[in-house]
Amino acid sequence: MTDNARALLTIEHLTMQFGGLLAINDVSFNARSEQITAIIGPNGAGKTTLFNCITGFYNPTVGRLTLAHPTHGDVLLEQLEGFKTSQFASVARTFQNIRLFTQMTVLENLIVAQHNKLMRASGMTVLGLLGFPVYAQAEKAAKEKAVYWLEKTGLKDKADWEAGNLPYGDQRRLEIARAMCTEPVLLCLDEPAAGLNPNESHGLNELLVKIRDEEKIGVLLIEHDMNVVMEISDHIVVLDYGCKISDGTPEFVRNDPVVIRAYLGEEEDDEIPPDVVKDLHLNGKNGDGTSKGPA
Amino acid sequence: MTDMTMDAPEPLDFGAMLKEAGITAGVMLLLAFFMVGFKTLDVTGGIAIEYQFGSVVMVGFLGFVGRIGLILLRENRPFPVLVITAPFAILAILLLLSTIISALFGSAPSTTLRTVFDFFSPFPALPVTVMIYLVVSIIAIRSLIAFLHSRQHEAATASRLARADQLGATVKNLSRFLGPLLLVLAVIFPFTDMATRQYLDIGILVLTYVMLGWGLNIVVGLAGLLDLGYVAFYAVGAYSYALLAAYFGVSFWICLPFAGIMAAFAGVMLGFPVLRLRGDYLAIVTLGFGEMVRVILLNWYEFTGGPDGLSGIPRPSFFGLPFKRYPAEGTESFHTFFDLDYSSSHRVIFLYFLILALAMLTNLFTSRIRKLPIGRAWEALREDEIASRSLGINPRNTKLTAFGIGAMFAGFAGSFFATRQGFISPESFTFIESAVILAIVVLGGFGSQLGVVIAAIILIGLPEAFRDLQNYRMLAFGMSMVLIMIWRPAGLLAFREPTIRLFAKKAHQAGDGK
Repeated sequence: MTDNARALLTIEHLTMQFGGLLAINDVSFNARSEQITAIIGPNGAGKTTLFNCITGFYNPTVGRLTLAHPTHGDVLLEQLEGFKTSQFASVARTFQNIRLFTQMTVLENLIVAQHNKLMRASGMTVLGLLGFPVYAQAEKAAKEKAVYWLEKTGLKDKADWEAGNLPYGDQRRLEIARAMCTEPVLLCLDEPAAGLNPNESHGLNELLVKIRDEEKIGVLLIEHDMNVVMEISDHIVVLDYGCKISDGTPEFVRNDPVVIRAYLGEEEDDEIPPDVVKDLHLNGKNGDGTSKGPA
Repeated sequence: MTDMTMDAPEPLDFGAMLKEAGITAGVMLLLAFFMVGFKTLDVTGGIAIEYQFGSVVMVGFLGFVGRIGLILLRENRPFPVLVITAPFAILAILLLLSTIISALFGSAPSTTLRTVFDFFSPFPALPVTVMIYLVVSIIAIRSLIAFLHSRQHEAATASRLARADQLGATVKNLSRFLGPLLLVLAVIFPFTDMATRQYLDIGILVLTYVMLGWGLNIVVGLAGLLDLGYVAFYAVGAYSYALLAAYFGVSFWICLPFAGIMAAFAGVMLGFPVLRLRGDYLAIVTLGFGEMVRVILLNWYEFTGGPDGLSGIPRPSFFGLPFKRYPAEGTESFHTFFDLDYSSSHRVIFLYFLILALAMLTNLFTSRIRKLPIGRAWEALREDEIASRSLGINPRNTKLTAFGIGAMFAGFAGSFFATRQGFISPESFTFIESAVILAIVVLGGFGSQLGVVIAAIILIGLPEAFRDLQNYRMLAFGMSMVLIMIWRPAGLLAFREPTIRLFAKKAHQAGDGK
């Protein structure tokens, strides 16, 4: 929360182009450790594309993404192969449309998340296959870690359920728990509050604040629910049509006229000039459908 | 919950009933006309056609009557169905009992019953008659249940569903004991009187397919990679052994691991180009790979013998002791070493135990590896590749290990096949083999170890049981497949046991079975 702390993630001149479509246009910002950085913007603003660039699903057209990793030093995320973003750079993510391993149990989902650690402990399967105690111990530790996160997310009594059978809100929390089991330094959450009722979304706020304060990691959050965003974020970045239009504290962003215009449209645009109305023969017929602006 | 409406069914719509039954009969007539109506006969100087229109009409009639029975059952009128089917069911039961009794006490079966039965069996082949009687008996039992049911005013659907659930749970619990039980049966089988040469051979065949099924289960069931070219690895294993033995004279026990390694290598080779494919596309490419291997074996005449195949593949020895009646001077053979009388069945029994051990090795390996990170990563990749990637699982290596390990077991099975047959040719490794192995996995229920065993017994055993049907063997086989897919669309035993639990299971916990 201090300005002199070094940024955890530095994004410089990030541009992502799909053919003729410029999804992200020269976006630069920083995200700090022990802070929740929210990325907001209208639909189609390029938020999820930004996430996909950070988490290694897309290779950005232009730009540099530097992660100040506590043990591996500075890591250039854009140069890492997809799965290495999690394995090496410790960046974890969740998905807008929940992606759990639905036929596996809740506990198994959390154990799979600790794959790389367990893989090393099982001596690349050989030791585990021969029943060496090294692996049994590692699995026990992995289970304890899973239980820790199950307790945090309130899913412990459903540990042996098939993940696909969980209610929607639990699935959202399980996905966060799964991401946390990879021991990330940066957690990227893509609309974690989507589809939650006010009660659940309040619980989510508490969970995210706890993750920030207790685990001391950086959280990057895409969210449409402004209650969540304004309540818990330390820093907000606003995107519109692939460009960054605002960047600052919640207070600053809330009152930024550029942001208000992006979200609500401009007052002047409300009225259609009289000569256009005349040309289109719109006199009172389709007036509702054509006018845009604040309700 | 007494539902009185069940007692007062709506009046029957005879027109609709006849129409439905008529359509059924029509479809059956049409099918039977082509499949049963003609029969080719070998006569001197060519082939003649014999017409069997009597059977065709019989099929149509049975279809018609059977459909009416089912409609009456559906419309809550079990009584007439019961009256008509019960005599046949009783006849079938009596006949079954008399057969069992005569088999137990060694007396001849009752001739009167036999005559009655012969009179009522319009089809020449016994299995068809048996099946018709079976179906009639099932309908009779259903109508009896429905009849008693309607008299007792018992609660309808809800309790029936609850009972079905209970039954499912019981089957699940039983299956835990079924695995070890089957293993014990498999071990003692060769020492029983039933173990004739023919049954031992069938046993070896079934076990080979069980092993192949378990191996393919790693690729298809666990990793979710639909592989239609699995037989290629089987072929690589078989030819590895045959060629190593032919060119270097190496023994079976040294070749076995080599064959596995070669097949695993082939698996990884195939894996690389298909990493990005999934589903239908993966299936097509693997199918092509399977054919490629066969065509190479067929055309590389100088090396593989082409269509002539490789013969004179050395038989396995009992850890160095050959199964020969007259061992070479100064050496011992199995029967002289153990002071037994020579018997040609020693080798067959040994082969039987060899494939049993190999299959159990596959099973043990699979059930262990499921609980290791690599096994869980396979399942995670099957469920969602993108999520797996976001968790730091390397999709490339994970898929390649699945291909490699699955292929390795096919390689073991292939080298066993070569040593058992003593002769191999590309004929043995056609696409249909891949299809059968995949069918075993699908039928057993993806990922279910015990299901594979049962499916292999059904798929390999049934065609043997249907031998009496001659030309219609595969027809009956197809029909049983259709029936299984209607009753158990997700496979015979489709349930997944979690690899790790937080809370101990409430039900009795037993070994992970076979």
